[in-house]
Amino acid sequence: MKSSRLGHWLAILIGTLYFLVPLAATFEFSLRKVRGIYSFEAYRVVLADPHFQASFSFSVALAIVTIIFGMAIIVPMAYFVELRLRKLRPFIEFITLLPLVVPAIVIVFGYLRLYNSSSLLPLTNSSLGTNFLLACGYVTLALPYMYRSIETGLRSIDVRTLTEAAESLGASSGTIIWRVILPNIRSAMLSGAFLTFAIVIGEFTFASLLNRPAFGPYLQLIGANRAYEPAALAVMAFMITWACMGIIQVISRNAAAARP
Amino acid sequence: MASNASPASLPRLRVPWAVVGVTPFMVFALLFLILPTLFLVAGAFQDSDGGFTLTNLGKLWTPTILSSYWISIKVSVASAVMGAVIGAFIAYAAVSGGLPHWIRPTIMTFSGVASQFAGVPLAFAFLATLGRQGLVTLFLSAIFGVNIYAQGFNLLSFWGLTLTYLYFQIPLMVLIVTPAIEGIKKEWREAATTLGASSWQYWRYIAGPVLLPSFLGATLLLFANAFGAIATAYALTGSSLNIVTILLYAQIRGDVLHDQNLGYAIAFGMIVITGLSNLCYILLRVRSERWLK
Repeated sequence: MKSSRLGHWLAILIGTLYFLVPLAATFEFSLRKVRGIYSFEAYRVVLADPHFQASFSFSVALAIVTIIFGMAIIVPMAYFVELRLRKLRPFIEFITLLPLVVPAIVIVFGYLRLYNSSSLLPLTNSSLGTNFLLACGYVTLALPYMYRSIETGLRSIDVRTLTEAAESLGASSGTIIWRVILPNIRSAMLSGAFLTFAIVIGEFTFASLLNRPAFGPYLQLIGANRAYEPAALAVMAFMITWACMGIIQVISRNAAAARP
Repeated sequence: MASNASPASLPRLRVPWAVVGVTPFMVFALLFLILPTLFLVAGAFQDSDGGFTLTNLGKLWTPTILSSYWISIKVSVASAVMGAVIGAFIAYAAVSGGLPHWIRPTIMTFSGVASQFAGVPLAFAFLATLGRQGLVTLFLSAIFGVNIYAQGFNLLSFWGLTLTYLYFQIPLMVLIVTPAIEGIKKEWREAATTLGASSWQYWRYIAGPVLLPSFLGATLLLFANAFGAIATAYALTGSSLNIVTILLYAQIRGDVLHDQNLGYAIAFGMIVITGLSNLCYILLRVRSERWLK
């Protein structure tokens, strides 16, 4: 028993080193911009860059659109599948796993061919249309994660009883979803939302191939042209991811504590 | 009999609402997931005039394209297998006890973060760590006098990319495999020990066979995850490392192969590879769920 505990510590220790050293190294590297001393100059340069501000706000806005749009189509679907269309579940499972099967670059390649300027639905003709296409791409990317968290949320409450109770009080389907189901799966939805945010914010492939001025392509551009700023950006990106995951933890802990 | 009547009359009244609720999702999935994929798959079997042909697939058998698939497969297999083994060890160490209580939630949270920390920033982090001016590179040469680049190491290579991918592969494995490891019941070990089984026999005949489908399934998922990745490799190596996603990216950007349908065929090949690995994953998951109910 003693020796196996030592093995456990060793596994954890090596894992910790492998994961913390690159973070420490990146942070150290990001401070080296001014020769000879450590400073936050690289961060100052990045934060003052108008392209940073523009691309970051573009991606934040896009993430919010993605989350709202994704929830708007996934929540009703998941609710009705759980409530009345159980037979569809294997099919839905298959669809929601597809984005893990078909690589993102293949999906965006398909978009470029299906929705280019000479097609029936020329979404890439206008920047609004292309932004919409990008948001759709992000909903697709986030689909496995969003669906899974919503489905988990729906399974943890008694959808059928809640629905019947609301129906017996005369509520319509829309009212039931909006005023009964949504408040009950709020924490699951928030978890899905922040995970989506973390996925969308630095996404590169879709944004780059659809030529949108998003944060991912900006990161790539800085990486190709600067030395210390990329490290500063990586530190910031890591903190954003960390914040999203931290918020998810807090939300689910609170939800678990609120349940009797 | 009475219970038979009410569910039958309910759906007839409610199905329209359910259909209304499900339709937007179905339309979305059709337009932005299924049709784009089918379009490429169909294109892979068409010539430039739209007639059926197999020549596009035949053209995949050229050295450039084959080697790009091969490097992608090698990186994906290496990072998946190593990620799965190391991840399983860490998960087991975290779950099976003997360590302070705070370790497990910390590892799970961190795995959630690190498994999502991919793409361009991950490449930056590894350049700052193991690049020519990276902290670890400088540290090794200052303290041990070892210049890893003179020893033949290069971050922009197969091993460099594999090492970088492990940064999200290992945590992903921890997240996927932890529930399976939690499903192993203490009683099994006790029962086995009571019947005189050694630790090796317990792993060989009980825990191992129960965990194997989850383990293999997770490995396949990691494989597909690495195979479709592009941003990290692109930011790390530019287009110097010829993996298949980067080749396809270049093809989409500028039609480098001068043959649109060949691009479709490359995409089709990728779908076949990730599709096969996911199919095996699903089959294995069905098997593993039998034990973990």
